[in-house]
Amino acid sequence: MEDDAPVIYGLEFQPCSVRAPQARALSAQTAETDAIRFLVGTQSLKFDNQIHIIDFDDENNIINKNVLLHQAGEIWHIGASPADKAVLTTCYNKTCDSRVVSCAAVWRMPSDWETGSHESPDDTAHNPQTLELLCHLNDSAHGNAACVLWEPMGDGKRVISLADNHALLWDLQESSTQAVVSNTATLEGKGQLKFTSGKWSPHHNCSQLATANDTAIRGWDLRTMSQIYCIENAHGQLVRDLDFNPNRQYYLASCGDDCKVKFWDVRNIQEPVKSLEEHSHWVWSVRYNHSHDQLVLTASSDSRLILSNMVSISSEPFGHLVDDEELSEGEDNHQDDKGKEPLKDSVVSTYEEHEDSVYAAEWSSADPWLFASLSYDGRLVINRVPRALKYRILL
Amino acid sequence: KDDACCPPLLFSSQRRRVHGMLKLYYGLNEEGKAAEESESLDPCDINGPHFDPELYLNKLRRECSLAELMDQETCMVKQIRSLDSDMQTLVYENYNKFISATDTIRKMKNDFKKMEDEMDCLSANMAAITEFSASISGTLQDQHTQITKLSGVHTLLRKLQFLFELPARLNKCLELQAYAQAVSSHRRARCVLQQYSHLPSFKGIQDDCHAIMDKLAQELRQKFRDGGSSAKDLSECVELLLQLDEPAEELCDKFLSHARSRLESDLQGLEAEIRPYPSAAKDASARRSPSLADNSPKFNTLPSPTSNTDILEFIDRGCNEFVSSLCLVITSYQELFINHAQTGELVSKNIPQMANCKLHAFVDNLAARYFSLVERRIQEEKSVGDNSLLVRALDRFHRRLQAVAKLLPGSAVPNKGTEIVIRAATERVKQYLSALQSFYMDSLTDVRQALATPRLSVAGASVAGGGAHLGGPGPGRDAPNSLPELLSSLSASILNQIKSVLASVHLFTAKDITFSNKPYFKGEFCSQGVRESLVVSFIKFVCQSSRHFCESAGDKGGSTPPALLLLLSRLCLDYETSTISYILTLTDEQFLDQHHSPVTPVTTLCAEAKEAAQKLLNHYVKVQGLIISQMLRKSVETRDWVNTIEPRNVRAVMKRVVEDTTSIDVQVGLLYEEGVRKAHSSDSSKRTFSVYSSSRQQARYAASYTPSAPMDTNLLSNIHKLFSERIDIFSSVEFNKVSVMTGIIKISLKTFLECVRLRTFGRYGLQQIQVDCHYLQMYLWRFVSDENLVHFLLDEIVGSSAHRCLDPAPMEQSVIEVICERG
Repeated sequence: MEDDAPVIYGLEFQPCSVRAPQARALSAQTAETDAIRFLVGTQSLKFDNQIHIIDFDDENNIINKNVLLHQAGEIWHIGASPADKAVLTTCYNKTCDSRVVSCAAVWRMPSDWETGSHESPDDTAHNPQTLELLCHLNDSAHGNAACVLWEPMGDGKRVISLADNHALLWDLQESSTQAVVSNTATLEGKGQLKFTSGKWSPHHNCSQLATANDTAIRGWDLRTMSQIYCIENAHGQLVRDLDFNPNRQYYLASCGDDCKVKFWDVRNIQEPVKSLEEHSHWVWSVRYNHSHDQLVLTASSDSRLILSNMVSISSEPFGHLVDDEELSEGEDNHQDDKGKEPLKDSVVSTYEEHEDSVYAAEWSSADPWLFASLSYDGRLVINRVPRALKYRILL
Repeated sequence: KDDACCPPLLFSSQRRRVHGMLKLYYGLNEEGKAAEESESLDPCDINGPHFDPELYLNKLRRECSLAELMDQETCMVKQIRSLDSDMQTLVYENYNKFISATDTIRKMKNDFKKMEDEMDCLSANMAAITEFSASISGTLQDQHTQITKLSGVHTLLRKLQFLFELPARLNKCLELQAYAQAVSSHRRARCVLQQYSHLPSFKGIQDDCHAIMDKLAQELRQKFRDGGSSAKDLSECVELLLQLDEPAEELCDKFLSHARSRLESDLQGLEAEIRPYPSAAKDASARRSPSLADNSPKFNTLPSPTSNTDILEFIDRGCNEFVSSLCLVITSYQELFINHAQTGELVSKNIPQMANCKLHAFVDNLAARYFSLVERRIQEEKSVGDNSLLVRALDRFHRRLQAVAKLLPGSAVPNKGTEIVIRAATERVKQYLSALQSFYMDSLTDVRQALATPRLSVAGASVAGGGAHLGGPGPGRDAPNSLPELLSSLSASILNQIKSVLASVHLFTAKDITFSNKPYFKGEFCSQGVRESLVVSFIKFVCQSSRHFCESAGDKGGSTPPALLLLLSRLCLDYETSTISYILTLTDEQFLDQHHSPVTPVTTLCAEAKEAAQKLLNHYVKVQGLIISQMLRKSVETRDWVNTIEPRNVRAVMKRVVEDTTSIDVQVGLLYEEGVRKAHSSDSSKRTFSVYSSSRQQARYAASYTPSAPMDTNLLSNIHKLFSERIDIFSSVEFNKVSVMTGIIKISLKTFLECVRLRTFGRYGLQQIQVDCHYLQMYLWRFVSDENLVHFLLDEIVGSSAHRCLDPAPMEQSVIEVICERG
């Protein structure tokens, strides 16, 4: 059967749709588990930046968008709260006194953004609503923010921001209107060290953090804010992104400027468990599927998005285990045999809908078979896992 | 006138006619043809047998005249007369003879009568003699029997005397050590003594004899046991003991154990040569191993003083001492126990079979120890310098074992020997492989040093490239340091090394070597041994180690100098195109395999080499691209682009980038061909660019900031993207200079682009980027296959920085040009 064609959406500035804005920031709305919804942040030095809320209607293959103004500056990173749909964080650049400063803040969407857009799309298109600032996550002592991480599956009360060479653990109080630094960790070393990226581990009771700086990956214990491991030279060049396997607590994926995607078992950091080299330029983003951790999404500045099936290092290395019940019910033995074939790691497909560097890719929080990718020219593409593979994983 | 002519004729013919007629009468017709010829059938021939008087008369009357008739008549009358007188004389003569014969007969009659009387007398005398003789023999009868009896007694007495004297005689023999005589004497007496042993006196003798013989046997055994006696003595001993009914099995054992002790002393001698100097041997081999470096493995006739005896000596000694005495033992043993016994009474006891079994066990046992010693010695032979020594040693070893094979058919010894030779050969092949591999790695280290020490000049002008021989401790060690020279010397030295190794290995299959016609050496050794596990393995090793360079160096990129990568890539490519097939053809020619077992085809190896070459070249591109990328990235990341001053110069980094790119171009150009370029537009100089870029970029900038013309820019850039192929940055390159350079420049510019996108620019920041990009365009287009690629990427860079600019006010194109012209 034919796979559904990808849905392509070009960002446009509201109200004056002059040209596509640049965009790097993409996030799924983590707390939303019913609707397929992504948040995209624009980058423009000239115009007011916006956050586009992209709703995807799976049945009709239609995209609905809503725009919220983010006047503080161009958005480099978006994080959606896992607890409250309306709360999100951004990292943004602003210029003041001919200096570029990176900041981070927690925002709340106006409560009626949804209703407003539906009532009269034309009106709202011309007058986008503005995000409501909850609090800044800025500490003048601790440099420029690179990204903000929510506590995975938490109650939306704790975030970590990575600023230059510091990792700051914030407690959000007073329904997120006040942020207090509860703990900090600092990366010591010679030269100007700077965190490029990080990920809060969902395992170990959310007490671990992994960060990337230059070519190294470091693990931190949040209780003591001390380093637990350090993979020096994890990549030949800069490490761009990290992600934790949602089902295997010691497994970590990383990607970087050496065009490689590497999979690590942090208990043995001498060698990666697996290394992929499918992209022909820097890999900017790597994402495990939230439920089926064999599915790994990578985005690269070669304008490609690659979906890989990493069966051998997934939590289901032998495929879906068929229960006895299912077996007895299974009317088709042929299919069972098929399922027992040894599965191999492979590239599922390469998506070439983008024409510029793809800096972000995300799985939907509502539909595990759906993902979005965002390229620099503001093109958002929504794709699905091929049906054949989906059924193979499910059946 | 008839008379006148007739008489002489008549006379001669008359006499003949008389004879002839007589003869005719007596039926004697042997007298020649004359008679027969004259004998005509003519009835008118008066002398012929068919004469018809009537016809003759008629004829005469018809033919002759009267006068002639008259003459004829007188002539005839005359003839008749003479015939008559002849007849008369003949009769007379015969009559006389008759008379005398009668007389003689009468006289004989008288003589016979007298003789008869004398005969009678003689017979009477004979009868008398017979009578006398009978009477004499009758009287002598008694005495004759008595004499016969006496003589019988005499011989018996003689025998008895022999018996009685036997102990003494045996003793004497014992004293004189004439064992053989003693044994034969005893053998003669043994039966008799046995038979009459119930008589006390004989019993005594027998006991005495037994005692003596026991002593003798003792002595023989003693002698047998003492090692001193020669093999001949020994075999004599054994023979005698066998005759003395000594149990053959025991004797076999004893004989063998005796032989064993001697052979073992040989073996110990051999072992002593191996054991005491293990370190010395190691030293020796260590000292010899560099001799691989000189390409002609020669036979080293001067064994160094500290070194062990060399293998040839060792094997020689083993052959001369152990194998030859083993052969001797086998021969004498067979002589004694098998061949000898087959004729004697021992056959019945199955002795030959038993003896044969024992012999086989014995030989196998000792040979196994010998083999283990030989193998230990061969294993010590680690130096790969001179193979001929080893081959000769193995040949000798194998040759000498053939003697054993001949002596002892069906023995496993020669096969085991062959196995040892085979093992040694395969071991040697392995050693050669590892020697080749280490040689290759050493060569690479040398190349690396050569690359490192005198920095490769940009122009590629090389210093005098003298001692092209790598690893050879040549006096003038001027490392050749231009890439092509290095490449050619590297590849030549590897090829030489392979050839010399092949030559060395070829010794194993030389015609004059005994084992070379074994099926193993004809088939498997050539195909599996030499071709597969030596040549093919080496080629695979080369490819593999090359690939290893890409992998190990992959992460940091710094460990392998890029020039080495380039060089190796070219080497692998050369291998792919020609060297591999050359080497394999060479091998196949030298080692013709009759059996045609499956071997790795040339194409597989070539594919592997090509893959390695590709990988190396890709890696080279990556590494070089990375070096330039790092420069660009640092230059973008470390600058404050918002608060920068108005550009007056091209940044030094860009000049450096162009310089490095140029030197890379030269470097690659030394080893790779130019490659195909897309046709340049008629005026692809900087002027073209400036027009091109200015028009387009202006348009883009303008569009970006003036909302009035929204579609224009998007369209332009999108159309451009639509029609330009997607650019794979880190992609495979082709084996030519342009492709390599394109790859490097792509990587560099893409890095530049991505870095620019992460920064924010002020007005002058943007202008600086414009200047830099223009400068790059001026110099980089000539390196790449498609200049549009450079245009496109540089456009993207300028475009992106314009987007990232707070105050986008592009610089005048003419100003940019002036700045760039200035340098």
